[in-house]
Amino acid sequence: MARSRGGHVNYNWNWGIFFQPNPMGTGTYLDMLLSGLALTLKTAALAWVIALITGSIVGVMRTLPSKGANWFGFAYVEFFRNMPLLVQLFLWFFVLPELLPKGAGTWLKQLPNAPFWTAAIGVGFFMSARVAVQLQAGIGSLPRGQKMAATALGLTTVQTYRYVLLPMAFRIILPPLTSEFLNTIKNTAVAITIGLLELTGQARSMQEFSFQVFEAFTAATLLYLLVNAVVVTAMRFLERWVAIPGYITGK
Amino acid sequence: MFANLDFDVIRRALPYLFYEGMTFTLTLTGLAALGGLIFGTALALMRLSGFKILGRIAGIYVDFMRSLPLVLVIFWFYFLVPYIGQWVTGASRPISVGAFASSLITFIMFEAAYFSEIMRAGIQSISRGQPAAASALGLTYAQSMRYVVLPQAFRNMLPVLITQTIVLFQDTSLVYVLSITDFLGAASKVAQRDGRLVEMYLFAAIVYFTISCVASYGVRRLQARIAIIR
Repeated sequence: MARSRGGHVNYNWNWGIFFQPNPMGTGTYLDMLLSGLALTLKTAALAWVIALITGSIVGVMRTLPSKGANWFGFAYVEFFRNMPLLVQLFLWFFVLPELLPKGAGTWLKQLPNAPFWTAAIGVGFFMSARVAVQLQAGIGSLPRGQKMAATALGLTTVQTYRYVLLPMAFRIILPPLTSEFLNTIKNTAVAITIGLLELTGQARSMQEFSFQVFEAFTAATLLYLLVNAVVVTAMRFLERWVAIPGYITGK
Repeated sequence: MFANLDFDVIRRALPYLFYEGMTFTLTLTGLAALGGLIFGTALALMRLSGFKILGRIAGIYVDFMRSLPLVLVIFWFYFLVPYIGQWVTGASRPISVGAFASSLITFIMFEAAYFSEIMRAGIQSISRGQPAAASALGLTYAQSMRYVVLPQAFRNMLPVLITQTIVLFQDTSLVYVLSITDFLGAASKVAQRDGRLVEMYLFAAIVYFTISCVASYGVRRLQARIAIIR
């Protein structure tokens, strides 16, 4: 903070800060932010794999002609949707190791990179409920005749989903899935609370070390915008590539 | 596995958790939803106004806010608001704003982006004939919005607006990063003071879960009722 001529306390801008060495001895402040970006992407990627796999299973269960499966899918979605992500991360991080048998709990607590695994699993399951809802809506939007035709052709339930319903449903829900993927990336920032030094976390520690608040957060903001733009562009290509002829998005 | 847990710690902390913590959480949720809805409706009107520049500005604002993590936005406003205050009031140094004011401004600005998309969809769901009839009756643009379009848009979107408010209710827990005593912050302070993380976090989870569940059940009921009226 510097005092300018008018007696005003003004913010001291210093954009050169990014090229000064960081106190951790891991290169410059810019390197610090970029390592945060890499961790954000790594966490989001693993979380997205978890979300897609479990979300697809639960989403399918919600559409199966079985009361039990429907109920399980409903309970699963309600469970993960009605608690704040931050609380879920605390449950995974602080509560789960204590409730497990002693040996397993100790093993979990001593796991190297515990914040990373907790964040990926926590965000992954949180997002899986949203993927499930999207997939259920996608399957529900298909004309009834598709399933009937598959049954008439003698396909089993598994085959009907594998060859008829899911390939269509996933293509239809590609745009909402894109925003869920972007949400996954953004949600990894919540893991700052369990000590994960992802992009927001690194910007925060850069601010604490260098006092250059606005430079640090501006850089993090620009990096998030860049990631967003890349994902949106890539998904638009994917959408065009898998488009179904005859549908609005098709050729 | 529950043998060495002490659930009495929760009972002793109840007044603190609810009078301090939950009051903060619910006040923040309510005021942020109201402010976000007003600002969000203004953004939606800007986008649909037909003035290219206004629409572009609102669009950029909405896209910008929606591509950033809430945690980062909370940090942004926490550090930025004192400087904005200095600039607005012409004070000689950054003014200090309380934790509540800072988080309220943050959530209004952030949620407005999401509310604006909901209101935009609501306004677009009104048939063209309605504003046309309003202007044929001699109503000005402001009157037609105030008495014809917005009440219907608001009503059609009510379930979605409440659902977004439930999300907001859960998101307010993120003020934890500023060490504010909201419900989760209060639970966490007791947890760390008494070394009872398991009990307090489980209890916090159950409370958030119950409130959100009851609210979303209410939304489903409301949706069913609105569907019949139409």
